Amino acid sequence: MTRLLPALAPALTLGLALLPLSAQEKPQAFVGARIIPIEGPEIENGVLVVQHGKILAVGGVGTSIPAGAVRQDARGKVIMPGLVDSHSHIGSPEGADSSAPIQPEVRVSDSLNLRSASIMRARAGGITSVNVMPGSGHLLSGQTMYLKLREGQTLDALAMEKRPNGSYLGGMKMANGTNSRRTTGPFPGTRAKSAALVREQFVKAQDYQLKLKEAGDDPKKRPARDLAMEALVEVLEGKRVVHHHTHRHDDILTVLRLSREFGFKVVLHHVSDAWMVADEIARGGFGSSIICIDSPGGKLETKDLRMTNGAALEKAGALVGFHTDDPITDSRWFLREAAFGVRAGMTRKGALEAMTLNGAKLLDLQDRVGSLKPGKDADFILLSADPLSVYAHIMETWVEGAKVFDRADPKQRLYAVGGQGASHDDYDLTHLLALEAEETYQ
Amino acid sequence: MSRLCLLLTLTAALQGQSLAVRAESLHTAAGPVIQDGIVLIQDGKITAVGPAADVKVPAGLLVKRAKVATPGLVDGRSTVGLSGLLNQPHDQDQLEGSAPIQPELRAIDAYNGRDPLVGYLRSLGITTVHTGHGPGALISGQTFVIKTDATEVTRGVIKAQAMVAATLGDGARSREAGKAPGTRGKQIAMLRAELVAAQEYARKLKEAEKGKEPARDLRKETLVQVLRKELPLLATAHRAQDILSLLRLAQEFNLDIVLDGGAEAYLVLAELKAAKVAVILHPTMSRTFGEMENASLETAAKLQGAGIPFSFQSGFEGYVPKTRVVLWEGAMAAANGLAFDDALRALTLTPAKLLGIADRLGSLEKGKDGDVALYDGDPFEFATHCVGTIINGVLVNEGEETRVPSR
Repeated sequence: MTRLLPALAPALTLGLALLPLSAQEKPQAFVGARIIPIEGPEIENGVLVVQHGKILAVGGVGTSIPAGAVRQDARGKVIMPGLVDSHSHIGSPEGADSSAPIQPEVRVSDSLNLRSASIMRARAGGITSVNVMPGSGHLLSGQTMYLKLREGQTLDALAMEKRPNGSYLGGMKMANGTNSRRTTGPFPGTRAKSAALVREQFVKAQDYQLKLKEAGDDPKKRPARDLAMEALVEVLEGKRVVHHHTHRHDDILTVLRLSREFGFKVVLHHVSDAWMVADEIARGGFGSSIICIDSPGGKLETKDLRMTNGAALEKAGALVGFHTDDPITDSRWFLREAAFGVRAGMTRKGALEAMTLNGAKLLDLQDRVGSLKPGKDADFILLSADPLSVYAHIMETWVEGAKVFDRADPKQRLYAVGGQGASHDDYDLTHLLALEAEETYQ
Repeated sequence: MSRLCLLLTLTAALQGQSLAVRAESLHTAAGPVIQDGIVLIQDGKITAVGPAADVKVPAGLLVKRAKVATPGLVDGRSTVGLSGLLNQPHDQDQLEGSAPIQPELRAIDAYNGRDPLVGYLRSLGITTVHTGHGPGALISGQTFVIKTDATEVTRGVIKAQAMVAATLGDGARSREAGKAPGTRGKQIAMLRAELVAAQEYARKLKEAEKGKEPARDLRKETLVQVLRKELPLLATAHRAQDILSLLRLAQEFNLDIVLDGGAEAYLVLAELKAAKVAVILHPTMSRTFGEMENASLETAAKLQGAGIPFSFQSGFEGYVPKTRVVLWEGAMAAANGLAFDDALRALTLTPAKLLGIADRLGSLEKGKDGDVALYDGDPFEFATHCVGTIINGVLVNEGEETRVPSR
């Protein structure tokens, strides 16, 4: 993998060359804002300098601004990193179908509608990096895709990274509990059967992995290509993070056990009962991607959901990030979760990290995004007020030094506030919610 | 012995119904904010409201202090108590699917005041809910009004019959092929036929000699109440075309109507204004798909600007969140062009007026019920806590259940 990186470099350079010239030629300086860099203390009257899609400098009044830089007056504004949403369904993703409960070969990238208004709404909500996932109606519903919400409407334009084999960087979606149980077809009817089916597949993948290893460089000894097994081997090798939907305390612990048994890297998603098992999660070093919902209930597994999950995990010392699960919550008010986190006992620092850097860590992208630090991607948002305030509007969203959302533009503002034409192409959302709702009756 | 116990209990209850609230900012919904204000509640009713310097609090009375106090919030339209927390068939009573028109279904016969969601809303400052049958059928049944501390419907009911709930558009479309109503035109035709039949029934009732009245028909009786404007028709409609159909129907039968939802209300402001129709606006953060694809965060501000009375609501949710919190829906509108006082009024006095209960509820004024919500900051900020809920002078919640619980 590492030795392939130099080969990738020209492609990356080419990608950058496609960005608007304004993001390239001259450095840009945003002057006078309160800057929340996430790593390091908040800076009053700060300066942010970006160029070539990267952050050049972040600092106070004295920060040197390169000659010829384009200055933007940001007084009265707040600047923070672009938000990282570690679990979303924008772009109408589809993964596995109803023919089998485990389908690792299915890629969500082969289904995305990148012209969906939901993508624009996510930009309006300040989201710059996002993990787009298939649904939770399967034990394993396919490969997820990490997007960078740059300008553009193609997979290559929005991919976080294109891998040497042509696939896109992403994780693997899994689920347990009631969503992935069904009374019909080849689906598990109980929790124990769910775990057994998963175990069976991973044992198979271990076997496949061993055969690959034994074959070495001899093509004659290699097992026949098996796309499902190849994807699971990536999981076993830690190259593909498992994003695991799980709600109930016992289901959460089942995920921890399976992860230890097969050594795969996993992020816990939703984790409604996290407040009950926060210590176990923390002790095992597991990261959690959680959501704040306006009220508990709606399905049996979330009857005990508490807004204290973030605080409990933070207190226990576990890595915790927030997600939208869009359309479960709308990307436009993703920041609300930080305020809810604080309301229920998170620190301000912890809640803001959970919107940014922790999300990046959950996706293994912490070296590129999640904080305003020289050398990192120039992904940031300009807010009209403090990010924890309901009255704060996201005025601008920037990705890799290019502005992708501007509230001052009436056409783009429409995506932020809604109105005629703001979500014309989301007809399939009805379908998705209906599917989810069906699964609640179990 | 038992008599003594009873006496002691009664005394305690009466004492509990008297207390004072002293708030740094007291929002009464009936006038400008009072800095360092006091609300005095005696025997469950408000007896004085004003600046601390002007209100004399009797010695020994509990004084509950808070940064901010508002009237207890009135949720303009909910299905809480009928659509339970678990969302399983056994706790979902907000919609009966056996027929498209069933106005005789009464909310009071279905309400479960012990559902955890009722207590959840109460802990956030909501003291009164207008709840009952939901959207999803041409006429799904009745709504009623109850205080959120009432675990049983034997107490706390403010109005046993509030409105008759109707739905137009996709929401009322039959999902079964060959089963009416399958189209919008059919929906209005069915409603018209139903109302004509009710008119006929009313005429027969009026003209019949004593002892020769037509047989009782509970369904028609309810619609006669609607025709007589004893019960408003609460009609859910989102598309502009459906809103206008509703206005035509109301004019044809001279009905008292309230528009529920109204995702595209901003397209027909003039028509709504001319028809003097009030709106119970869809939750601000409703998902924008299907009939609500054009919903806007700014509709509340536009209704306010047009001078159309409107209330916020938590509405009905079929999945998660199982209930919305009307406070937060108002908050999002307050962040999108609606002034603080106007947003607060749409959470208190306006819904009380729409429901015809403003003589008792909706503002902090002398003579009204002692229902108060206490907050440790701007109620609209998501990080603010509700630190107390008072109903009829009783502190029914001392704060939210949002802290990390002990395990």
